[in-house]
Amino acid sequence: MSSPAPGSTRVGTPPNASPGSADRSGVRKTDTRSSTPAWRGTKRNNLVGYAFLAPWFVGLAVLTAGPMVTSLYLSFTDFDLFTAPSWVGVSNYVEMFTSDPRYLQSLTVTFVYVALSVPLQLGFALLLAVVLNRGLRGLGFYRALYYVPSLLGGSVAIAVVWRQVFDQKGLANQVLGWFGIAGKDWISIPDTALHTLVLLSVWQFGSPMIIFLAGLRQIPRELHEAAEVDGAGPVRRFVQITLPLLSPIIFFNLVLQIIQAFQAFTSAFIVSGGTGGPSDSTLFYTLYLYTEGFGNFRMGYASAMAWVLLAIVAAFTAVNFLMSRFWVFYGDERS
Amino acid sequence: MATARTNVRHAGARQRTSSRLVPSPRRLLLHTALAWGAALMVYPLLWLVSSSVKPDTEIFTQLGLWPRTFDLANYSEGWSGASQSFTVFFTNSLVITVGCVIGNILACSAAAYAFARIEFRFKKLWFAVMLSTLMLPHHVTLIPQYVLFFNLGWVNTYLPLIVPKFLATDAFFIFLMVQFIRTIPRELDDAAAVDGCGPFRFYLRIVLPLLRPALVTTAIFTFIWTYGDFLSQLIYLTEPGLYTVPLGLRMFLDSLGGSAWGPMFAMSVVSLIPTFLVFLFFQRKIVEGISTTGIRG
Repeated sequence: MSSPAPGSTRVGTPPNASPGSADRSGVRKTDTRSSTPAWRGTKRNNLVGYAFLAPWFVGLAVLTAGPMVTSLYLSFTDFDLFTAPSWVGVSNYVEMFTSDPRYLQSLTVTFVYVALSVPLQLGFALLLAVVLNRGLRGLGFYRALYYVPSLLGGSVAIAVVWRQVFDQKGLANQVLGWFGIAGKDWISIPDTALHTLVLLSVWQFGSPMIIFLAGLRQIPRELHEAAEVDGAGPVRRFVQITLPLLSPIIFFNLVLQIIQAFQAFTSAFIVSGGTGGPSDSTLFYTLYLYTEGFGNFRMGYASAMAWVLLAIVAAFTAVNFLMSRFWVFYGDERS
Repeated sequence: MATARTNVRHAGARQRTSSRLVPSPRRLLLHTALAWGAALMVYPLLWLVSSSVKPDTEIFTQLGLWPRTFDLANYSEGWSGASQSFTVFFTNSLVITVGCVIGNILACSAAAYAFARIEFRFKKLWFAVMLSTLMLPHHVTLIPQYVLFFNLGWVNTYLPLIVPKFLATDAFFIFLMVQFIRTIPRELDDAAAVDGCGPFRFYLRIVLPLLRPALVTTAIFTFIWTYGDFLSQLIYLTEPGLYTVPLGLRMFLDSLGGSAWGPMFAMSVVSLIPTFLVFLFFQRKIVEGISTTGIRG
């Protein structure tokens, strides 16, 4: 597929293919994309189009749009699943920010996690992609090895391993021991427990790395060669050629990784045994949401949490898009 | 496709010529660094495999990767699990993943065909809606969906996990297939229309077969995601007899209470094998899928 770089989503159809336009009169246009087969009459098209989309529409209504509205409503109620929800106004939201220290803790933990894991993960991904793109032999081999953690890392099994690796007697301390560094019980100490989870996330830099590699391939080599002839060193070339041309892909990865990092769940759940401990130091936002909603059956409160999460993620995405004007370089509309 | 492949080949050729220009000691240094990095990356995985065949007493005392004694007892001991054996967990995971793969292939391809080929009213609007659902955090709909499925009596069945896939809720795959269908020449539509082939026959006879590469990608990623999914399975399945592999593993972990790590590691290894095999066999498709769509692997 000679598809465009990820992120540059070409939305919609050619403008001249709008329904009801006059080119159904049998006059063939030269542009093949708008040539209209006989069965593409407007009324029929609407019917056929919506027939093919019927499952998706049901899903949208019943599993996405409907639930979103319901969830907004529930966020203003007390609801325990078994009795009817009772309206409480904004008190769930007020409680979150004024009298629920665990909520504020979960917010802090999640922000720290996002702030550490996203830049580190993308940084490693970019570094390795640039190094691997230098035309080395065995690219496929290295790529596979660096990618495997990304494929398996989100699983329960790896979270189990992580718990052991950073245990008092675990692998990490054994390795540190070789260098004479005294280890500690990383998972049980509040100061370091979250860092082990950040490390687990950074370890999975493989898939953004693959996306970066694909992007680097599209940068014409001639640009680098020309710059080299002009005397630009590798750092200068990276900053002035690679970074600008790769910026749409960096941006795309940044948006997606932030959204995903806010929703991290499995690793914290398994490593902390579902508690978010020690001392709530790994109480991820979604873990607390799960505990309140499905552990304590405070589904109104959990819905309010979900909406605040949506607001936070939307705000981050919006800021990302606004900031992108200043650093994302779209070149000359190549696609 | 063809052009993309030639491009890649060109790039490769160019890279090979320029790599000869890089001084050899530097290249060697780079290879050394990359190899060490790779070793560090996969070390936890190797450690897991190695620990899974060590007797419990050796796991935390014996540093070397190569176990002194091979002890497959961990595997047989672990397989019987806690209250259910892993045979049950694997069967359950298989049922769910197969259901989800079929659902995604049918529902997403139908939606993608409509978006890519049929001109109907408000198409752009719906396409934008579809793309925006890509960014929606799953948690906003989590509770109402649970309430819905709870009221339908679907909790502790596989329906809440499978049915949504038949309703094309994984927008990523719709997007993937739309991109793919757009590369199919429009002349085919015209020719089919001239021959009196309607849109439904066209979808079944022409689009689906031509879409096969994208369908394979969809199947692979649906498998990886569904098999590895934890949160939805945790919420909807509470009876051990229905547990999937991740849930079974977690139950096993809880039942051990921090002892008998050997069997735990053995089952962790077993649980990773299906995903790993998919990776081995479909590595190229996976890399291509990630590269072209930015899909998360």
